[in-house]
Amino acid sequence: MTAEIVPVAPAVETPFRRFVAEFCASRLAVAGLVGLSIILLVAIFAPWIAPQDPYDLRQLDVLDGRLPPLSKSMGGKTYWLGTDDQGRDMLSGIMYGLRTSLLVGVGSSFFAMLIGMAAGLTAAYVGGAIETLIMRIVDIQLSFPAILIALILLAVLGQGVDKIMIALVAVQWAYYARTVRGTALVERRKEYIEAARCLALGKSRIVFRHLLPNCLPPLIVVNTVLVAGAIALEATLSFLGLGLPITKPSLGLLIANGFAYMLSGKYWISFFPGVALLATIVCINLVGDQLRDVLNPRLQK
Amino acid sequence: MSDAPPMLALDGISQRFVKRLDVAARIANLLGAKLKDEVVHAVDRVDLAVRQGEVVGLVGESGCGKSTLGRIAAGILAPSEGRRRWRGKTVAEMPAAEARAVELKVQMIFQDPFASLNPRLRVEDIVGEAPAVHGIVAGGERDAYVAELLRRVGLDPGFRRRYPHQFSGGQRARVGIARALAVKPEFLVCDEAVAALDVSIQAQVLNLFMDLRADLGLTYLFISHDLGVVEHLSDRVAIMYLGRFVEIAPAEEIFARPNHPYTAALLAGIPRLDARKRRFEPVKGEIPSPLNPPPGCHFHPRCPHAIPRCRVEAPALKAIAPGHWSACHLNDGK
Amino acid sequence: MTANQPTLSVESLRTHFFTRAGVLKAVDDVSFTVSAGQVLGLVGESGSGKTVTGFSVIGLVDPPGRIVGGRVLFKGEDLVGAGEERLRRLRGDRVAMIFQDPMMTLNPVLRVDTQMIETILAHDPAVGRSAAMERARDALGRVGIPSPDERLRAYPHQFSGGMRQRVAIAIALLNRPDLIIADEPTTALDVTIQGQILYEVQKLCRETGAALIWITHDLSVIAGLADTVCVMYAGRIVESGTVDDVLDRPQHPYTAGLIGSVPSRNRRGVKLAQIPGMTPSLLSLPPGCAFRARCARADDACLAEPPLVIPSPGRGLRCFHPQADAR
Ligand SMILES: Nc1ncnc2c1ncn2[C@@H]1O[C@H](COP(=O)(O)OP(=O)(O)OP(=O)(O)O)[C@@H](O)[C@H]1O
Ligand SMILES: Nc1ncnc2c1ncn2[C@@H]1O[C@H](COP(=O)(O)OP(=O)(O)O)[C@@H](O)[C@H]1O
Ligand code: SF4
Ligand code: SF4
Ligand SMILES: [Mg+2]
Ligand SMILES: [Mg+2]
Repeated sequence: MTAEIVPVAPAVETPFRRFVAEFCASRLAVAGLVGLSIILLVAIFAPWIAPQDPYDLRQLDVLDGRLPPLSKSMGGKTYWLGTDDQGRDMLSGIMYGLRTSLLVGVGSSFFAMLIGMAAGLTAAYVGGAIETLIMRIVDIQLSFPAILIALILLAVLGQGVDKIMIALVAVQWAYYARTVRGTALVERRKEYIEAARCLALGKSRIVFRHLLPNCLPPLIVVNTVLVAGAIALEATLSFLGLGLPITKPSLGLLIANGFAYMLSGKYWISFFPGVALLATIVCINLVGDQLRDVLNPRLQK
Repeated sequence: MSDAPPMLALDGISQRFVKRLDVAARIANLLGAKLKDEVVHAVDRVDLAVRQGEVVGLVGESGCGKSTLGRIAAGILAPSEGRRRWRGKTVAEMPAAEARAVELKVQMIFQDPFASLNPRLRVEDIVGEAPAVHGIVAGGERDAYVAELLRRVGLDPGFRRRYPHQFSGGQRARVGIARALAVKPEFLVCDEAVAALDVSIQAQVLNLFMDLRADLGLTYLFISHDLGVVEHLSDRVAIMYLGRFVEIAPAEEIFARPNHPYTAALLAGIPRLDARKRRFEPVKGEIPSPLNPPPGCHFHPRCPHAIPRCRVEAPALKAIAPGHWSACHLNDGK
Repeated sequence: MTANQPTLSVESLRTHFFTRAGVLKAVDDVSFTVSAGQVLGLVGESGSGKTVTGFSVIGLVDPPGRIVGGRVLFKGEDLVGAGEERLRRLRGDRVAMIFQDPMMTLNPVLRVDTQMIETILAHDPAVGRSAAMERARDALGRVGIPSPDERLRAYPHQFSGGMRQRVAIAIALLNRPDLIIADEPTTALDVTIQGQILYEVQKLCRETGAALIWITHDLSVIAGLADTVCVMYAGRIVESGTVDDVLDRPQHPYTAGLIGSVPSRNRRGVKLAQIPGMTPSLLSLPPGCAFRARCARADDACLAEPPLVIPSPGRGLRCFHPQADAR
């Protein structure tokens, strides 16, 4: 025989819809998301929407160098944000710079996340000496300033997009590892993990299908913060001349290029890339803050 | 007792949890501080044999080791000491395949209807994963199998694509039961399985347990702090205090003629629907910390009948009537 | 103030939460009275509105919740219109609340004596410090805390859960309140500790003559403790009366079902008389009787809202088809 069928459960909004509604509760966060989307679109489609290819030396004219915003080029085009010392259109430079900065920031955070996730999950689920070893490395690394580690690495590795990404990954994996381990330790104690073990499911199945997906929400939050951090760090390194080669200008390098002209009143060469960098980081942080609030189980009803 | 070995037997089970000193404490020790590892005797030399088809209730206050014993019985936790036997054979000595089969035969139902279901899986995966992994159902029959299980526990099979948060507490409890039933268990360990539910929902789930017992011939270890629930369901009841069994007897017997002073105090202290405007007469004193339990009989600081001997010597479980065991020095005088 | 005026009289209280998903009627037309020395039991399943009722009485409902109607007469004074300042003065002085989590009352970073003395002095600065200390020690002794002198100097985290709840009760009773609202204070505790606390509370109420509202989901506790009982379902009181009337002769199908669900009331091994279905979401309550979907006696009449009727003096009932003395 069968027990009485319980009538329908209450109609509930899907988790995704609730998530969207809660995220949109803050106007600031929505503004940040809109801003971030625009920035991303600009970065992705830079080659198609930028007035000029700033890397193509044939399109540059040194005679157009250091023109203030809104001036006309020899060819009749308008430089909306002026030009730098090589006659490069600042607007196009910023669009391409954004592309590089975001690529470096998002890419390195992604790899750092993979490595940190593997390390953190291993530490949490295996425990014992392996956990101690991994977490000591993390502790030691986190006690040094990130910029110091990156500087040393770059001094050894040299310049280049790949090199700076390696440096950023090396700096950031420890944050991911610590976050993942913290969440995994909490999740591992929950009864659904015990239930999975009671059902004699394999270890890797428990870790990847049951444990890992439940460790992701805090990672998303950390991720936004760390992407912003990576972009800022890359800009700093490039500004110091240690990051990217001059042929592939990121926002940091653009700022550095213009820095020499700041005092002579040619503010725009540094100023506009600076604004773009700031806007990017602020937008990411706005989105990240709201994500943290929405995903924080303690604030959830 | 009959000749057939009990279905599940726990022999001399102890479980110690050791909290090792951290680095700072070890350094302090070098400097002369005499800090020791903290040892909790969660379960202290417990024997329990559950016969086929029986419902054994396990009662005790918070921290007395019920869940720990339940997890050992379910095979989730390896005891520090003692043997776990399935139908007479020691599980630890079985070949891997046989041990795994036993693992599936003993399933556990958990207390927290929120934490015991993976929030990121659909009900069909929660219920259907293990039988598919262990080859209990073929891929094509999984849907039908899950639907049948859901119907079995009183859920509409139309719910199978939902996530746990879309269910009420009672429905979640049912999903947890369906998950356990999916691997065709013979023995269920229920750890406070209805404690988190409202009275009316609790009654539904208790009825479901009774139906399952009648239909599938399941055997239960039913852990609860609620004497009423245990009384209603169990054939035999074991009372636990600070890691040890103090009394174990058939349910009618223990509720009618409690022998151990702690059991008597528990029974006197529970509020009952038919006891009106009564004067509550409480057991005095607090539950001692399992970190340093009182010597001798653990219950002596709270026991109204304590004698000097109780402070030094721990009483052993002794049969005082057929099937009725109690651990109290007072029984020696009789 | 007349002699037989009840300590607290709640009339048609309505507290609604204005949430994003709609208006949630957590307390809807709730009325009851408690007199000095009396214990009122408020029972119901989770989400039935017990806590919100208690909070509404002492003005602790936070937005998006709001009292949208009714009166809360405390010794004749309407607290619904009262200002925040007046409510704060009443709380912890004339009216005390005990929560399920004692840490709602206790401050984790202050010693117990500091907290107790502050409570006394805040409401009666004329008491000297040493007199206040004396009273604090007394209060701890009265709730059964051994060696109160030592315990006074401890921090809340040094107590066990049961002890902490006792300290919270001692603090609640410091100023000899006229009304105590206890919201499931023993739900998280063990049976033996629950027994101890019930004993102390019972003794204290008898001694001080305070009116007590005991909120719980456990009918058995109410049976042993209360004089009168109100059964809540989906924000309304569906049945009320003396404990003997309600528990022995329930007339509302929900009360009867609830009593049938208690295992110790049933024969061993026999199926429990269960209520089918589950508690409805307060957000999407259909019109009419909220219990309709689970009620065996429901018919078309129940599509309308059952009004409050008084079947006999001292009883209240919201049902079109009450059970005559089902036992
Ligand atoms: N993993 C662990 N590490 C250290 N101590 C533990 C661990 N698990 C349990 N304990 C301790 O063992 C003792 C028994 O715990 P257990 O969970 O079995 O109690 P319980 O009887 O189920 O209590 P409750 O009714 O509160 O669930 C407690 O003192 C507990 O603190
Ligand atoms: N702050 C709040 N916001 C929205 N809804 C609330 C809030 N507090 C309580 N509620 C709702 O009010 C109803 C009654 O709650 P409560 O009084 O806490 O129930 P209980 O009877 O379990 O004490 C529930 O449906 C609950 O979800
Ligand atoms: S052995 Fe002594 S202390 Fe323990 S229960 Fe018996 S009489 Fe009480
Ligand atoms: S009013 Fe109708 S539906 Fe509501 S409890 Fe009474 S009989 Fe049942
Ligand atoms: Mg437990
Ligand atoms: Mg409540």
